[in-house]
Amino acid sequence: MKSPRIFVPNDATAVACGADRVARKLEAGLLARGITADITRNGSRGLFWLEPLIEVETERGRIGYGPVKPSDIEDLLHAGILHGADHPLCVGLVDEIPYLKKQTRLTFARIGIIDPLSLTDYKAHGGYRGLERAITLGPSATVEEVVESGLRGRGGAGFPTGIKWRTVAAAPADQRYIVCNADEGDSGTFADRLIMEADPFCLIEGMTIAGLAVGATKGYVYSRSEYPLAFVVMEKAIEKAREAGLLGDNILGSGLSFDMEMRMGAGAYVCGEETALLESLEGKRGLVRAKPPLPAHKGLFQKPTVINNLVSLATVPVILDKGGKYYRDFGMGRSRGTMPIQIAGNIKFGGLFETAFGIPLGELVYDIGGGTASGRPVKAVQAGGPLGAYLPTHQFDTPFDYEAFAAKDALIGHGGLVVFDDTADLADMAKFAMEFCAHESCGKCTPCRIGSTRGVETIDKVIAGEKREQNLALLTDLCHTMKLGSLCALGGFTPYPVLSALNHFPEDFGVAPKLPAAAE
Amino acid sequence: MRPHGFWESETSMAVYEDWSTERAAQVISENRHLEGATMPILHALQETFGFVPDPAVPMIAESLNLSRAEVYGVLTFYHDFRREAPGRHVVKLCAAEACQSVGGKALAQYVEEKLGVDMGSTSPDGRVTLEPIYCLGLCACAPSALVDGQLVGRLDRDAIDEIADCFANGKSFGDA
Ligand SMILES: Cc1cc2nc3c(=O)[nH]c(=O)nc-3n(C[C@H](O)[C@H](O)[C@H](O)COP(=O)(O)O)c2cc1C
Ligand code: SF4
Ligand code: FES
Repeated sequence: MKSPRIFVPNDATAVACGADRVARKLEAGLLARGITADITRNGSRGLFWLEPLIEVETERGRIGYGPVKPSDIEDLLHAGILHGADHPLCVGLVDEIPYLKKQTRLTFARIGIIDPLSLTDYKAHGGYRGLERAITLGPSATVEEVVESGLRGRGGAGFPTGIKWRTVAAAPADQRYIVCNADEGDSGTFADRLIMEADPFCLIEGMTIAGLAVGATKGYVYSRSEYPLAFVVMEKAIEKAREAGLLGDNILGSGLSFDMEMRMGAGAYVCGEETALLESLEGKRGLVRAKPPLPAHKGLFQKPTVINNLVSLATVPVILDKGGKYYRDFGMGRSRGTMPIQIAGNIKFGGLFETAFGIPLGELVYDIGGGTASGRPVKAVQAGGPLGAYLPTHQFDTPFDYEAFAAKDALIGHGGLVVFDDTADLADMAKFAMEFCAHESCGKCTPCRIGSTRGVETIDKVIAGEKREQNLALLTDLCHTMKLGSLCALGGFTPYPVLSALNHFPEDFGVAPKLPAAAE
Repeated sequence: MRPHGFWESETSMAVYEDWSTERAAQVISENRHLEGATMPILHALQETFGFVPDPAVPMIAESLNLSRAEVYGVLTFYHDFRREAPGRHVVKLCAAEACQSVGGKALAQYVEEKLGVDMGSTSPDGRVTLEPIYCLGLCACAPSALVDGQLVGRLDRDAIDEIADCFANGKSFGDA
């Protein structure tokens, strides 16, 4: 008889919530009962409020139990979870959980299902079909397939990925590079991390396709030091891919060469900015470079470089596998395909929700996320990380779409949503945005370097009620200067959280709210 | 029947080597062949010694054919690199927005009290270093921390008490 297969996630969230201890306890419990079972450390399904979520493979499908504490194991074994028995922690068939069922998983199709480091699992779930097709198509048709998909960079700016690749492919060079931006510094985001920890071969395949498409033989993944587990998994996966002939020379008998390496950042947010990242990779301080030249022309070590966000690159395999047209049929307007929306903060059902563009913000917060974890009313959502705007509830009808958010002076960014309840003080959050900018500024330009420090002081004065009107005028002016005078979006976008907080929650700054008509 | 397919997350109280130029030279030479080797070398030195002491700067500079100022500039630019030895335990507490949305600030105050150390410093007895960190990607299970290299989500006062107890007994959090 086949021994039962049990899954205990091993991504950072599950581990941070005790998954290692749960796995050890489970192993001991099975041993004590003389039961032979196969414990697989899978990735997370992205249903983080259920982590650690144990899954048991049964004839009916995978039955889940969560969130499991080490002290629950004996009870669960006693109840007979190996046969999918009922238990207060049982969440039933995991695939049927509405949070999962409502999603359209293209990029994240395999996460939580497979053993992240098993190439057999990866291939059994469609892995490497994209690369095979790219090899058949050849470089330029591969680029055009990505152009057709309408994929826009998922790192924030939303620049069309295919067009970027075309530029790099056309730039004359003896050496080109693929650089994966896995710096993911925004609060509320974890999509890059999840791919690295739960489906690392997907990124490796995506980067290999990019290499083939533009004629690059070397790739780097620049990941943050705050993601220690992701780094370990990626290194192991790269090693395995190399052993299997999926990295290195003559990949899949195609004559194609491509290899890649991991690099670790060192706690500087600005290194997520693409040119600062390249400086850092070259071994320098993470100072932002003026553009032009674009990295596509002169990037890493002055060579033409594709620098893409991790999710952009990890989406390429499914585009090549199913076709650009298939992908572009999801979404709305100019926002094509799906987006891994990351729901976090003060939220009941926090996790990763991949869906086609166009879903209204309020639906994400209330219907999917279940409202606040505290049970108090929602006050605001910060979308797009520390440089993104705070949206009040009366803007919750905004569809998740690059242009619709821009029309509200807001950003989608990397797809992170951080929910706040009514105890949040938005003047405090505005001040934090300025502090963060001051802390992380690369120092190259004055509006950002000095302006952010002055911004903190000014907000402090406003909060203290010191010459409030004048200081508010000063703050608005300062934001204007930062917006116009900064070289990169760190200084240039910090006004988004600050001004949105001020405009939508003036009472937190000690200012009477504007009339509703004037608020829009 | 061991859980397979993956690593067991390796965590423990960091044990660092004492500074020695020979060992530093070895670490540097192991990494100098990399393209853009400065960051990997600094990380490797810090992993070995717990920090990057000043005498390492001219060594790196010479090995990579850079000026001392350039190496010094890199060392001081990044928040991660230390120029002084950290405490025996290192607690990094997330200070970013998602963690703030669930009471991170009040919790930080409690951590300071419980561990007897201010944010951004090392306790006088060298027991513990407390630092802010900006997002561990655990934002859906906030508040979060990195305690002696171990990720902690859903951090609350009970967990902090447990951490403080472990430290008081010379143990690393999560050893139990
Ligand atoms: C301060 C700052 C931080 C950024 N952080 C990230 C990041 O963490 N990850 C990312 O992919 N892009 C980040 N970006 C955007 C990158 O500069 C760049 O647009 C992106 O990597 C391009 O990849 P894409 O076209 O696939 O989105 C940041 C930009 C700025 C100004
Ligand atoms: S805006 Fe700030 S981070 Fe960006 S280049 Fe200027 S100083 Fe550096
Ligand atoms: S904001 Fe604290 S883990 Fe992301």
